[in-house]
Amino acid sequence: MILDAKIPAGTLSEKWDNHRFSMKLVNPANKRKYRIIVVGSGLAGGSAAATLGELGYNVNCFCYQDSPRRAHSIAAQGGINGSKNYQNDGDSIHRLFYDTVKGGDFRSREANVYRLAQVSGNIIDQCVAQGVPFAREYGGLLANRSFGGAQVSRTFYARGQTGQQLLLGAYSSLSRQIASGQVKMHNRHEMLDVVVVNGHAKGIITRNLITGAIESWSADAVILATGGYGNAYFLSTNATGCNVTAAFRAHKRGAGFANPCYTQIHPTCIPVSGDHQSKLTLMSESLRNDGRVWVPKDPADCNKSPDQIPEEARDYYLERKYPSFGNLAPRDISSRSAKEACDNGLGVGPGGRGVYLDFSDAIDRFGESMIRERYGNLFQMYERITGENAYSRPMRIYPAIHYTMGGLWVDYNLMSTLPGCFVLGEANFSDHGANRLGASALMQGLSDGYFVIPYTVANYLAEEGAGAPDPDGPIFKEAIDQVRERVAGYLSSGGKRSSRSYHKELGHIMWEFAGMARNASGLQKAIGLIQDLKEDFSQNLTVPGKGEHLNAELERASRTEDFLDFGELLCRDALERDESCGGHFREEHQTAEGEAVRDDENFSHAAVWEHNGQGKEPTRHKEDLHFENVKLAVRSYK
Amino acid sequence: MKLQLKIWRQDGSEDPGQFEMHDLNGVSEDCSFLEMLDLLNEQLLENGKEPVSFDHDCREGICGTCSLTINGLPHGPEDSTTTCQLHMRKFRDGETITIEPFRAKAFPVVRDLVVDRSPFDKIIQAGGYVSVRTGSAPDGNAIPIAKQDADLAMDAAACIGCGACVAACKNASAMLFTSAKAGHLNLLPQGQAEKDQRVLNMVAAMDEAGFGNCRNYGECSAACPKDISLDFIAKLNRDYSVASVKKILS
Repeated sequence: MILDAKIPAGTLSEKWDNHRFSMKLVNPANKRKYRIIVVGSGLAGGSAAATLGELGYNVNCFCYQDSPRRAHSIAAQGGINGSKNYQNDGDSIHRLFYDTVKGGDFRSREANVYRLAQVSGNIIDQCVAQGVPFAREYGGLLANRSFGGAQVSRTFYARGQTGQQLLLGAYSSLSRQIASGQVKMHNRHEMLDVVVVNGHAKGIITRNLITGAIESWSADAVILATGGYGNAYFLSTNATGCNVTAAFRAHKRGAGFANPCYTQIHPTCIPVSGDHQSKLTLMSESLRNDGRVWVPKDPADCNKSPDQIPEEARDYYLERKYPSFGNLAPRDISSRSAKEACDNGLGVGPGGRGVYLDFSDAIDRFGESMIRERYGNLFQMYERITGENAYSRPMRIYPAIHYTMGGLWVDYNLMSTLPGCFVLGEANFSDHGANRLGASALMQGLSDGYFVIPYTVANYLAEEGAGAPDPDGPIFKEAIDQVRERVAGYLSSGGKRSSRSYHKELGHIMWEFAGMARNASGLQKAIGLIQDLKEDFSQNLTVPGKGEHLNAELERASRTEDFLDFGELLCRDALERDESCGGHFREEHQTAEGEAVRDDENFSHAAVWEHNGQGKEPTRHKEDLHFENVKLAVRSYK
Repeated sequence: MKLQLKIWRQDGSEDPGQFEMHDLNGVSEDCSFLEMLDLLNEQLLENGKEPVSFDHDCREGICGTCSLTINGLPHGPEDSTTTCQLHMRKFRDGETITIEPFRAKAFPVVRDLVVDRSPFDKIIQAGGYVSVRTGSAPDGNAIPIAKQDADLAMDAAACIGCGACVAACKNASAMLFTSAKAGHLNLLPQGQAEKDQRVLNMVAAMDEAGFGNCRNYGECSAACPKDISLDFIAKLNRDYSVASVKKILS
């Protein structure tokens, strides 16, 4: 596997301009001769499909949901970063670039991150022009707020629903292209394989989730924008349908998978209430502006009502450990501290997995009405889910899997190691290193879709020439047969266990051994447990019903099997990365105070895994990261 | 909790459907409604029966995928709440709960509780956008928008496209949905150039998809999990009248 990042020559600020000039173009009249497949309709896929359609390509776009508007980008709450410097507070492209590289704990590629910062302003302009109702100041100009990991206010937002509004913007542009016939939208279609012809991705195989029809589609290029793999942990803030299947099957066809061990755990989620739990709900990070995090000092107090625990018997551990950042310490650090408190038997609520987020001081200081105005909708959501009133009793929160920084490896052009297969958004690994800053996911999805892929895919198409293969040809037939066989295999499995029970058990293993803190012996144990679970899956799975209609159990079985394979890969990657960085915390590598210790000498690289066939050990390749514009430093929040 | 569930089962859009009764024990009141259905499905699987199909995805009240008419109410008894955020503590131990799909001619049943809401996409495709090419946008601050206008547009834009408004309306009208998108864009300066054409085309698409007429019953807004206001229907009617008159005069 050759990992050529294809970073253009020139100084950092000139690279993208130079590259745009040197890339080949497709003549406007010739664009209609090219067919492009886009899988996924979230911020990255939706914006890519809309833009490519607008340019005149023939686009087929696929999503598993019943409408492209439902992709999980819709659930992003906080905002989107843009280096506009509208607040005149010292922001710049270079500052956004630097904050992102530092926030990622120096494990991302400089050139990609710089380009992201360069186009961030265009994204805001584009979204405003589409009619995205961003928050405004009284003078009518755009409002900003600040977010974690930055000292400037560069986050644009639409109440607590920024992801929804940006996605609906992309969806409206996509709808316009669908109406014009330039994009053909295939809802409720799940991609089950990539078809490779002469070493290039030239099509996909899908299953129509309503009719069960398994079909082949050919194209000149395939774009995957299929999101992250957080659901490998079963419980996460992802939508229940989010899965790794498309990315993992592309991986099996030759696309290298980079840094699967980089997962982000968000500190403020509503804790698990019982075994029935199917997903975790995020409470916006903004709550930590006014809420104080604490646990009882004495384990004997954990079952007491919080108002029975006097001030001196409480440990405000973030304020104690990180006096300068206090309750606003970054996500990875806050999450680990909560785990540590609960591991020490100080957790509160069911199962002792929770810490208090207490607003009583803020309510005393500003009054309940002010807190209601700031966070009313979040308090309401908390009450809906827990049945508790957070104005009179502290919230209980606990960390949860939220985002995955790893993904299919891509070069500067967003092309994977499988030629012709491009990967956008959370599905790729490119911009966030080992930890993502708040309000940067939306920025990356739209940057990839609106402003990067239209140029880079044109270069590829112009080099290759038009000529999508026949979707009924022998290679496509063979791929279809393989998918059919796999689907038939699930349906004829005569066991007793539901796919959900396997997914759940996998989630327990992942969370226990590859969650907030990891160590070598735990990861080795996890790999063994997952292998046993896979064996059990192949023997004892049951899938009811038929393949020719809507069958959620069948869908889940297929996704679960990929999660099992992928979970093992994630643990393997975590085991090999013998350092702590960002969201990846190895207990062997910490300071006496429990802070993460990076090993830049040996691990300043992206780890890229090559699939060597089912049941065979994958190969770990390296893309060395070169930092020419930032100095590697220890992240300190003390 | 112990529950008796009266659930609609239907193989496909062409097949007849019927209610089926199921007993479910040991439901925690901290369960969400959909987690309760997960539990039922695991029980059905154990007994070698086919699970109930229902739509769901984000389970945090924003994607608009979940539906269900629960005891006659779209998204169930709790105000401003989608089915996925409805929790079992809102029901009584021993209660019989009736669960049906969203019922509307324009939303045919796909299977069990799953319906086809693609006509909503068709309405958006008819004009629920601002025609702006990627890369051709002016600076974001080039057009100041008064805060109250932006806030009002946001109130409309909060629609999640779930279809509860249609299911609640005895005419199965899609006016609240259509007016939310038209209202959002028509309130903003960016949406002015296409304002008239937008409302004419979106309303035509709505009629073509087989949704009924609006009679101002107001059930739609009462059922809306995002509290979209009836004012937007009034605005749509006004914008539609103006556009129609302009069309006649031109």
